[in-house]
Amino acid sequence: MMDAIALQGLTKNYGSLTAVDHISFNVEEGEVFGFLGPNGAGKTTTIRMLVGLTTPSDGSATVAGYDIIGDIVEVKRRVGVVPEASNLYDELSVWDNLLFTSRLYHVPKDELPGRVRNLLETFKLHERRDTKFGKLSKGLKRRVVIAAALVHNPRIVFMDEPTSGLDVVSAMSLRRLIRDLRMEDITVFLTTHYIEEADQLADRVAIIVEGKIIVVDTPESIKQSFRGEPVLEAHLSRIPDNSMIRELEPAGRVELRGDMVRIEVESLTEAIESLSRMVSQRGIQITDVNTHHPSLEEAFVAVTGVSPELMRIEKEGRR
Amino acid sequence: MLVDELRGIYYILLKDLKAYYFKPPNISWGILFPLVLALAFSLRNPSGLAELAPGLIAMAAVFGTTSMEAIVITFERRTGALERLLLAPISIKSILMGKILGGTVFGFMITGVMTLISVLFFNMKIQSSLWFSLIIALTLLTLSSLGALVAVSVKEVFEAQTLSNYFRFPMIFLCGVFIPVSSMPQPLQVVAYLLPLTYSVEALRSITLGTSSVLNMLMYTMILGLYFLAFSFISNWLMKRSLR
Repeated sequence: MMDAIALQGLTKNYGSLTAVDHISFNVEEGEVFGFLGPNGAGKTTTIRMLVGLTTPSDGSATVAGYDIIGDIVEVKRRVGVVPEASNLYDELSVWDNLLFTSRLYHVPKDELPGRVRNLLETFKLHERRDTKFGKLSKGLKRRVVIAAALVHNPRIVFMDEPTSGLDVVSAMSLRRLIRDLRMEDITVFLTTHYIEEADQLADRVAIIVEGKIIVVDTPESIKQSFRGEPVLEAHLSRIPDNSMIRELEPAGRVELRGDMVRIEVESLTEAIESLSRMVSQRGIQITDVNTHHPSLEEAFVAVTGVSPELMRIEKEGRR
Repeated sequence: MLVDELRGIYYILLKDLKAYYFKPPNISWGILFPLVLALAFSLRNPSGLAELAPGLIAMAAVFGTTSMEAIVITFERRTGALERLLLAPISIKSILMGKILGGTVFGFMITGVMTLISVLFFNMKIQSSLWFSLIIALTLLTLSSLGALVAVSVKEVFEAQTLSNYFRFPMIFLCGVFIPVSSMPQPLQVVAYLLPLTYSVEALRSITLGTSSVLNMLMYTMILGLYFLAFSFISNWLMKRSLR
């Protein structure tokens, strides 16, 4: 299978700061590739280089088989970009925005209205075709931006934080859409700070920290390689207190989350015994219990040392 | 491909006209501004209006081209909408040309109203429609490319407004709009001949007073053309540099 995207030692310096530091990896045709990292790790800078919004300081890359320095116009013809900001034209209607984008991407004149109408149908925007972009909700704006990125039938789509700031329903429908693109063999290069989102969607994931690639692999392999202790989570009929934590601590690292006790354990058997002893002594009921192994999010924390929750808060704070 | 680039320029122009320039408040301003300007000067000094008219037309061109354009570019950069154009398979040169033509068309509307008033009410005579149209077109393109240059040099909309005024007001006072350049002190004359509007005003005045010669007109055309190319080239360079 041909590489949709191939980076070789790609580097970006801003003065003395190296934002992206000699990164190399390949993205195969038709895969959803998650590009993860803490805020400021170099994710957006990498995308900006790949789509021609900034020039690399060193290294090379090809997108759709074309060099990003020598053949950037050819690259632009073949990729769709969903930027982090919903940056279409507030004063134009949904229809006019999609029509303008189609024209900029040289969609043949006779195909134009049909293509735009299909996109409006696909993205359930038909009723809003005459609404000005500036008047739409965040979720609808995001849908229009994604529709605009697909207007010229690109085989590669770059999505920079596509679900950031969206409500749960809009985010879910967007994830469904990314899966649909995958079914159509469209390559999706996805950056997100929702690590679980990448876990659900991506065939492979790269983690970038301070401009350097730390790991490129499937989410499952990454979870395997960073596999920590199993976790026991128990919901109790009463909110646990500190004396309970002290009692459970010999079984592992204990955290309280509302009515839930979460224990990272070495031995599940020992932890279940400690928990049973503690609840029966106090006359508390266990309302729910489950065990699992560390998630991609936990593997991400292990690799980057950064909490995804903190990343989200930082990101929202910057909006 | 050249055809794709030309199409891109045309669609950016159409989009800008629809999204920004041809909005009711802008159209009414575009009609009111020259009307008020004409009325103010005709009340102040009813005689010699025909002589003053080329200066007023040039002034309408200055405000018509630069007032909106610098804002449009900086606004789009601020909202990220300019980035959409940079993502498209079209060169930066063509993006800038689309933007410059937006300012030019809007300036054409305001200048057209001022010219109409000058002909109908100020008794201004256009001796050569061809040269007059050519000089107006080059003036609008030059001033519009100056607006683009201002816009790509700054980051914020208010900075674009302030920086535009650094060019606009000196041009109005030094370029022969109200006071003939020849009657100004020598150092100011030197400054006046560094500004493109001086050549526009002189050319328009000689066309309306019937004192133009083909050689003079060719010279003015060439000078304004060079200013246009220089401003466009520097704007393109600055915009490219911002992508490094």
